[in-house]
Amino acid sequence: MPERRPKIIGFCCEKHGLDCVTLAARSERQYDASVRLIRVPCTGRVDGMHILQALEDGADVVFVLGCLEKNCYYDTGSIEGRKRVEYVKGMLAETGIEPERVEMFNASSSMAWKFHDIVSSMKDVAERLGPIRPKGGGSE
Amino acid sequence: MIVAERKPLDEIAKMIAPYEKVAVIGCRSCVAICLAGGEKEVNMLVSAMRLKNRKDGRKQSLDGFVLERQCEKEWVKEVEEKILDSDIVLSMSCSLGTQTIGDMYPHKIIVPGLNTAIFGVPEEQGVWSEKCLGCGDCIIDTTGGICPIARCAKSMLNGPCGGSSDGHCEVNTDIECAWYAIHERLKLQNRLELMEYVRPPKNWSTSHSGGRRIIVKEDAKLTPHQKRGREVLE
Repeated sequence: MPERRPKIIGFCCEKHGLDCVTLAARSERQYDASVRLIRVPCTGRVDGMHILQALEDGADVVFVLGCLEKNCYYDTGSIEGRKRVEYVKGMLAETGIEPERVEMFNASSSMAWKFHDIVSSMKDVAERLGPIRPKGGGSE
Repeated sequence: MIVAERKPLDEIAKMIAPYEKVAVIGCRSCVAICLAGGEKEVNMLVSAMRLKNRKDGRKQSLDGFVLERQCEKEWVKEVEEKILDSDIVLSMSCSLGTQTIGDMYPHKIIVPGLNTAIFGVPEEQGVWSEKCLGCGDCIIDTTGGICPIARCAKSMLNGPCGGSSDGHCEVNTDIECAWYAIHERLKLQNRLELMEYVRPPKNWSTSHSGGRRIIVKEDAKLTPHQKRGREVLE
């Protein structure tokens, strides 16, 4: 049976977040191919529902990548994104699901290294936690 | 408007745990405005509960619906089929909506997903404050438009009490003293003489203390003849 690859979903703002990803893609370092990016105009557009839906549809972990908070293209979009991520983490904790499955990150256009770090840290979490399923195992 | 808050998810999970088919019904009125039971909140709750079920290995079907106004029977009828088809209804509206469904379908189990909290107004995004208790005998014409019943911790009619300090309430120093606010408002309106007006003891029989209240507007109420006509049409 082939080894299961973690499912990582990243909501990425099309300003500094996407620039950061583009730079990372052009660099010599490779990032894990299991990450799937969803482009959003701003992390302020990401709703808690989008994150939960991604998890419900099978993502192991979800991250949101936006501009640095004090340098957000839309001024406060990154702050809105962070607040929603925190709310979803609270909901997950209430339901007994590991809140670290969801994280918010901020980066500027030039921080390609940060995107590599984000992907590798989220991959570590995804591999450690595996898919959301009953403790004793069971099907996905 | 009516302001409500979502119950903790583990409390909701316990209420619906024994049932297989759950209809989660939200409301687009007050509870949507206060971000507790609108479309987004219903979808997020359904999603979170589905994830919890997956984690716990429980088989349960959850479906979310949102009504225009859950406290009105006409709107509730829109999802009658879904209600009848479910084992339990989790109402994401204020207690009025929950009870409306309960009264319409007394054989169905209806549980609240929200705690109905206050009659409040939005002060800023994400902040609601209580400004009315629905006492049934409004006196804010003599208090500069500020309700001392709801906004004073002691509901004093002739305040302030000795606990008012620097314009703040002794019960919670983060909250403005209602009678300080009334004084400042009346001063602004050059009506400070109203501070000296002694309000007599309040007749609380118009409030909930007088038992359950029913309001009838005779000109709007249907006559037996009109009711029969409606029944024929339906």
